[in-house]
Amino acid sequence: MKIVVLTKHVPQAIGEVSYAEDLTVNRSAVRCRLADSDEYAVEQAVRIAARRLDVQVTALTMGPAGAVAALRSALALGADEGVHVLDDALHGCDAPATSLVLAAACRRLGFDLVLCGTASADGAMSVVPAMLAERLAVPALCYCDRLHTDEDEVFARRHDGTVVEDLVASMPAVLSVTDRSGEPRYPRFEAVAEARHKLVRTWTLTDLGVDPARVGLAAAATAVHRATRPGPRPATVPGTDPTAAATRIADFLSERQFL
Amino acid sequence: MAKVLALVDRDARDGSVRRSACALLTLARRLGEPVAVVGGDRPDDDAIKTLARFGATEIWCLADSPAAPAKPATPVTPVTPAVPATPTTPTAPARASDADLLHHLADRLDPAAILIPATYHGQETAARLAVRLDAGIITNAIDVLPGTDGEPVAIQRCLADSYLVESSVVRGVPVITVRPEAAVPEPHQAEPVVHTAAVEPSPIPAPRITATPEPPRDRPPLDRADIVVAGGRGIGSRAAFAVLAEVADELGAAVAGSHTAADLGWVPREACVGLTGKTVHPRLYLACGLSGSVRHRAGMQGAKTVVVIGDDPAAPIFKLADLGVVGDAQTILPALLAEIRARKANDVP
Repeated sequence: MKIVVLTKHVPQAIGEVSYAEDLTVNRSAVRCRLADSDEYAVEQAVRIAARRLDVQVTALTMGPAGAVAALRSALALGADEGVHVLDDALHGCDAPATSLVLAAACRRLGFDLVLCGTASADGAMSVVPAMLAERLAVPALCYCDRLHTDEDEVFARRHDGTVVEDLVASMPAVLSVTDRSGEPRYPRFEAVAEARHKLVRTWTLTDLGVDPARVGLAAAATAVHRATRPGPRPATVPGTDPTAAATRIADFLSERQFL
Repeated sequence: MAKVLALVDRDARDGSVRRSACALLTLARRLGEPVAVVGGDRPDDDAIKTLARFGATEIWCLADSPAAPAKPATPVTPVTPAVPATPTTPTAPARASDADLLHHLADRLDPAAILIPATYHGQETAARLAVRLDAGIITNAIDVLPGTDGEPVAIQRCLADSYLVESSVVRGVPVITVRPEAAVPEPHQAEPVVHTAAVEPSPIPAPRITATPEPPRDRPPLDRADIVVAGGRGIGSRAAFAVLAEVADELGAAVAGSHTAADLGWVPREACVGLTGKTVHPRLYLACGLSGSVRHRAGMQGAKTVVVIGDDPAAPIFKLADLGVVGDAQTILPALLAEIRARKANDVP
């Protein structure tokens, strides 16, 4: 059984990140790390691997040269090997282009299960898993809180705020897990040291057979016009009158659909 | 005027139209002629009435969908062809999904934009649709406005809400998912025409839903709760903490406490949120009468939305607040409890 885990190298302190002149996220100015949400995906892959003998876990990432650090973290958490899609043409990819490249990489690797986190901290599109499933023509199970596998099926539970659903799909499938799926382990020092010696392959777009004209900033199907910093949140209101304060809170709660 | 498709999100249990659908129709009206798209079972009369009240000029649903569990009422708008209801058995062929229906309608109606609620299901639908149409996608918009040339411009909050980003789609039909809470529905009566579309389901297998367990009625476990109501020393007494617990019950939330509340015995030690206690990732964290010390914040930073009631506006918890109320939690909580109960009693869509 082959599991591909999608990982992303994201800025460490998301509040300090800014946009570059071409309105893409300025990654070079900040320290980056493996996205928290992807740690949960690696953890689930490793938990499946612990219960079966035949599991090969491959961590896959695309991004600039520094992104290999995210792969090393994933390898330290228990992935067996890493694949880094590295190409200058990839800068400024939007979600459809990202899913195109990742789908090509997944096809080349071969997979029974693609695991990913729900949303990256810097883009937070949360649509790449479903797009990937569409391109690979496999079922997608998104935002799963729990998952387990048997011989050739994957079972998951998700809770979308109002309804709990138990899902089952036959593999191959794409599955994204939430941060409620189980705390990722903290790697032992030996695992971190061992991760340095695990295999990391670097593929270019030519290796994957993806046309560079279909990816990158120039091929993006969306255009960003402006990025502005809003003023401070209009957060606090005085609550000297309890009834007025209660109404304000209840309004806020129903506005956000908690009531 | 170009049509703007709005995917209608309905309650999975009774098929009633959710507030987000009304909000999407309101946004769609700014961009063109709002068209409501209803996947799954055919909408019942109440659903059609609600969509009409918020300005839907057309309602599209699946041709092969069985009518919703019958209600003995005559339809306001005649449904075009009468199709016999097909029983859905586990072996029945796959039904067209929302993405299939929207894909079909995008080709047929050539809309100016497609608006989808940014729920879990909506995000997946939008993603699949954008790939099939090879169109640009913008997710989690908090507002959609017509741009200078009438093209839809979406506003998103990005990078942990520190930036407001305006963007538009430059290729294909814009597919935009909108945060369900972002827009306020404004009624605008219209006379919708109900159409049906025969749609081939996509050959891509979909996961089967094996069960939809009833969410547990009693308090959910703290570490996996969707809503957490937490209290600290500012609650004042064990008796006042009982009011907080009642608020939690009304919201279907778990009860948590700060270290101080646990030390004072107002909550069990297991319900203490913080560095040495539980770590929670709820959608809503309602913090009452607590200051938000470093060790407490360590356990609740994952919360999506934070509402704070406290008397010290300089307390660190207010820095995390999406809504902060400066006042005495002991007087505000009973008022809040009464308000929530009153709203639940006369629930209006």
